[in-house]
Amino acid sequence: MADFLPELSRAVPRLADGLLVTVEATVLGAALALVLAYALGLLSRSARPPVRAAARLVVEFFRGTSLYVQLFWLFFALPMLGFRLEPLACGVLALGLNFGAYGSEVVRGAVAAVPRAQTEAAIALGMGPALRLRRVVLPQAHALMVAPFKNLLVQLLKATPLLSLVTVPDLTFQIDQLRSSTGATAASYLLLLGLYFGLAVVLSLGMNALERAAKARAGQEGGV
Amino acid sequence: MWDGEAAVAALPAVLEGFGVTLVATVLGFAVAAVLGLVLALVQRAGPVWLALPVRGAAGFVRSTPLLVQLFAAWVLVPGLDAPVLGVLVLGVHYATYLSEVYRTGIDAVPKGQWEACTALSLPRRRVWAAVVLPQAVRNVLPPLGNYAVSMFKETPLLSVITVHEMVHEANTYGSTHFAYLESFTLAAAVFLLASWPTSVLVRRLEARLAH
Repeated sequence: MADFLPELSRAVPRLADGLLVTVEATVLGAALALVLAYALGLLSRSARPPVRAAARLVVEFFRGTSLYVQLFWLFFALPMLGFRLEPLACGVLALGLNFGAYGSEVVRGAVAAVPRAQTEAAIALGMGPALRLRRVVLPQAHALMVAPFKNLLVQLLKATPLLSLVTVPDLTFQIDQLRSSTGATAASYLLLLGLYFGLAVVLSLGMNALERAAKARAGQEGGV
Repeated sequence: MWDGEAAVAALPAVLEGFGVTLVATVLGFAVAAVLGLVLALVQRAGPVWLALPVRGAAGFVRSTPLLVQLFAAWVLVPGLDAPVLGVLVLGVHYATYLSEVYRTGIDAVPKGQWEACTALSLPRRRVWAAVVLPQAVRNVLPPLGNYAVSMFKETPLLSVITVHEMVHEANTYGSTHFAYLESFTLAAAVFLLASWPTSVLVRRLEARLAH
């Protein structure tokens, strides 16, 4: 423990690198998840039954097969089919597909919760389907989506240490190195838990601000 | 490429791991269900000096990664077998989620029920045991089911503390027989086959209780 602090100060640049990788994986994974959530969520409300069925199938597949298996499959099994991805790419893809499937349910539910009369009024004003979605339905749905998306985003952040298991040099990986070089196991892991907690708090605060902004834009209660 | 024979050969190992995964899920969820209720009651009805720290600790556990908690518990709590430790960490982690579920369920019990209890001057213990909790449990059954399914899908993490669950077995088989494709695809299929019907059942239950 005596040499933990000097060792820690020497390790700061490496820890900063690890933190950057963790943030990168979180941001890229969340971006991919967001795109998929919108695509799958809106497709699963399509008027065409085959489109709806296909979207549901994809969602159930990625929700049902466990993130851990998906990540390991991409890392270990995919190369046997002749495709090799960088470890970080495997991680981002697994996070994006898995959380995108969960997020699509959020999008679907939020769009369904916008009162039907809003759509009818937009039709009465002569708006086309795309304009209706963009100017009337989605702005109101957004205010409902932010809170569940916040939970998913924290979940996604908490899933990133998994990437260290497939050799991504993230925060967990770097602190594990620090732990084995100093032998200060308890201090290292407590530091790691504290850092993740800090990241989660920052994410939550950011999402709370987004939620207030979305509510204000939709003219709802609680917005500023 | 996909090798059917390798897949058949990998099946017994994967299924054996599935048994461990299932037992870990059931035991972990039992711990979470009981501890979660205790946490909810302490936060809801306990003295402030206890409720506040419990709330803070639960928030901390909820916002930090399960994997890191497993690593930390593995080195900080010596003397426990890996499966026991794994079940306890899973249970504590999910208890912090379930306590929120119980809290919402308790809050959803109509205020008139409390008032009726006061009017009948029922003792506090009876109010909770005979009036509030039975109604709250009915409210929370669907979300509890959803959390059981997510816990099932998170048990592969126990492999990092050497519990021989399904993903651990798939990994071991894949590396010794050079059959990752078959072993991990089987593991994914087993997860899908087991969790999908459960999610459908939970959704039905949800729809039924909503009326």
